[in-house]
Amino acid sequence: MRLLGATRHASRPTVIKRHSVFTRLWHWINVICLAILLMSGLQIFNAHPALYWGQDSSFDAPALSIGAMRTDDGALRGITRIGDLRFDTTGVLGVSGPRADRERRAFPAWATLPGPRWLAMGRQWHFLAGWIFAPLLVAYLIYLVASGQLRRRLLPRCDEWSRLGHVVVEHLRLRFPRGEEARHYNLLQKLAYLLVLFGLAPLVVLTGLTMSPTMDAAWPWLLDVFGGRQSARTLHFLAAAALLAFFVVHLLLVLVSGVGNNLRSMITGRYALPPDHALPKKKETRDDASH
Amino acid sequence: MTHPTDPGRRRFLTRGLLAGGTLMLTGCDRLSRSDAMQPLFAASEGLTQRAHRLLASREALAREYGPEDIAPTFRANGTTMPREVDYLRLAAGDFRDWRLEVDGLVEQPQAFSLADLRAMPARTQITRHDCVEGWSCIGEWTGVVLGELLARVGVRDEAHFVVFHCADRYGGGERYYESLDLREALHPQTLLAYGLNGGDLPIANGAPLRLRAERQLGYKMAKYVMRLELVASFAHLGRGRGGYWEDRGYRWWAGI
Repeated sequence: MRLLGATRHASRPTVIKRHSVFTRLWHWINVICLAILLMSGLQIFNAHPALYWGQDSSFDAPALSIGAMRTDDGALRGITRIGDLRFDTTGVLGVSGPRADRERRAFPAWATLPGPRWLAMGRQWHFLAGWIFAPLLVAYLIYLVASGQLRRRLLPRCDEWSRLGHVVVEHLRLRFPRGEEARHYNLLQKLAYLLVLFGLAPLVVLTGLTMSPTMDAAWPWLLDVFGGRQSARTLHFLAAAALLAFFVVHLLLVLVSGVGNNLRSMITGRYALPPDHALPKKKETRDDASH
Repeated sequence: MTHPTDPGRRRFLTRGLLAGGTLMLTGCDRLSRSDAMQPLFAASEGLTQRAHRLLASREALAREYGPEDIAPTFRANGTTMPREVDYLRLAAGDFRDWRLEVDGLVEQPQAFSLADLRAMPARTQITRHDCVEGWSCIGEWTGVVLGELLARVGVRDEAHFVVFHCADRYGGGERYYESLDLREALHPQTLLAYGLNGGDLPIANGAPLRLRAERQLGYKMAKYVMRLELVASFAHLGRGRGGYWEDRGYRWWAGI
């Protein structure tokens, strides 16, 4: 460690091998699969744009619904309801499309796959991408555990937790670890990746399976775990939304923390440790964390 | 050496990603309209069907619910009032003249009246109906187990599918029909239902007889059933894909 640390002062940054070829391949296949799954999923949602809790659909009291109504002057308004709350979402949700040719549809054409209303085709894309995404997810999780990477790279060490506050504050200031500190994932990265890999991704797959009547016959416990098919559908939607939120934050952080370097690490595997010019003393950072 | 966060490069990469994404999605729409993806979609359907058959045994039952779970009104979808003259005449006579024809690859083609069907051993089950659109509704169905009826007519070895011919033309178009393979047709919960929630099956829900295939989606569960035909292949029916909605792009395997 000390020897490597000496390279901080050299003009050329230390380059490390960050991602294995499996990780990199998996990552880019996921980019395509998740884009298709999300957009075809919105196409499928549009066929019945309401969410419920429980075994079946309480049509009078959806947890969320996206609809359209005509006002007295004949204009179409998109209305999104969450519980008892009501929002006018004209232009995006409920009613969208060019102003002269408004269309009643929950999610707009630019967000769905295919663009036009076409449930049968949306389903085909969804299941095809699902058949690539889910088996690869299982394979990747096994690989993480079996190769020891889970323990080495993702599970937080006990001594890391005391720095949680510090890491959060540094992220909010868009100040990212440099030098040797950047050699390993920081606590927030570890937690985010663990949540996505072992929480959201399995959740989205299992709730997806729960919507299949044949799977419910094969694995009836799915219905008990998720509280019914309609609950599973709602959780599937929420998990997908959470994955989208992860993607947005992930993309932003990739952009602001050295986009070229980050992209290269996911393409060739090589990652240059950002030069450590500030050189904050360990003691100070510990003081920070206690605030 | 350029710094990794060089703004020019960042802009280039961002634009590249956006352009790539747009291209991919326009491409997906174009692919949807071509036949290029069909082999892959068919392969994905085949995988789903094989996986389902591997995981769900012949006997694996769909969840049955309690009376307290029954929905206040069972949602009617698709055709809710057939306009065909023949059907309306039968309905006007309370379906006394209605007969279920069973023919095709069977030992003894037969016709059954509603009274005949009601006289056969009945099964009542409270199950969840899952529509391909995404909603679910729970109802109590009473009917004759399809396997019992098929045993009475004797299914010949060459038969692979049961085709359900219906009275209604959905949206005034072609006649509705559906098909199940024998494994699904002989499932203990697969019924020809004549009762819903303790009463006669209402016209909106498919009177006098509809199919319940509880491990499949709603579009499989043909309403207004007039005739069962046992076939080796459904290639000669409709557009050859095994059902009204299958002919319109939905997959034949409706377990998901």
